[in-house]
Amino acid sequence: MIPVSYFFGLSIVLFVLGIIAFFIKRDLITMFMAIEVMLNAANLAFIALAKAAGSPAGQVIVFFIITVAAAEAAVGLAIILLVFRQKKSIKAEDMRLLKG
Amino acid sequence: MGIFLFSLLAILCVGGVLGLILSRNQAHSALFLVLAFASLGGLFGLLDAPFIAAVQIIIYAGAIMVLFIFVIMMINLEQGIAPERKRWTLGLSAVLAVFLLIELGLAVHGTLGALGRTGGESIGDPKELGRLLFTDYLYPFEITSVLIIAALVGAIVLVKKKEKE
Repeated sequence: MIPVSYFFGLSIVLFVLGIIAFFIKRDLITMFMAIEVMLNAANLAFIALAKAAGSPAGQVIVFFIITVAAAEAAVGLAIILLVFRQKKSIKAEDMRLLKG
Repeated sequence: MGIFLFSLLAILCVGGVLGLILSRNQAHSALFLVLAFASLGGLFGLLDAPFIAAVQIIIYAGAIMVLFIFVIMMINLEQGIAPERKRWTLGLSAVLAVFLLIELGLAVHGTLGALGRTGGESIGDPKELGRLLFTDYLYPFEITSVLIIAALVGAIVLVKKKEKE
């Protein structure tokens, strides 16, 4: 019998950790992994709220989030590979073609 | 028993993400993330979502992270990973993160008490989820399948090497 608010608090902590990782890290792959952490924090919040509301609709949403995250990972990693082929680097500061 | 399991999984999960932040090696970061996702799957199980827990472990900790590790192996940086940003930006980001945490906590503070406890009747029955997916959520389901095909074709077209003419 665990209070659902513990899970909700954990999801907030995970989301903030994901944001920290996104801003501290410099290479594209780890920044991308930080995005996945934030998505998972959102999933945890959805499932906690589904439990609190007693309805499975939140779990269906999480199912969709996971599939969209898989699609996003495939395209994002393809883009990172493409950038690496062109620039020979995956550091975020090296991507400044639009900076002028 | 439940609270012990929750604390163990929560510590593993937060520790995994901290390992992702602190580790300099991308492959180690990915493995820490696998740990975090697997323990998150256990947390989903505690919240009466056995199907989502299985999906989390198979798709996230399995498929997506294998994809990440493949790309890390293909990129294989010779000069190693760049050092972190300057010291004062690290301090500033820590302070801002604490502020964000407090702000999010205050935002949901009022609702936290009304959430209740785990236990009681089960809601995450795979049969019920499948019925919902093919009735109430049929359109999102089909749109997701189109999205996955588009992502698959897009990823292949993007990475394919141009043939020399």
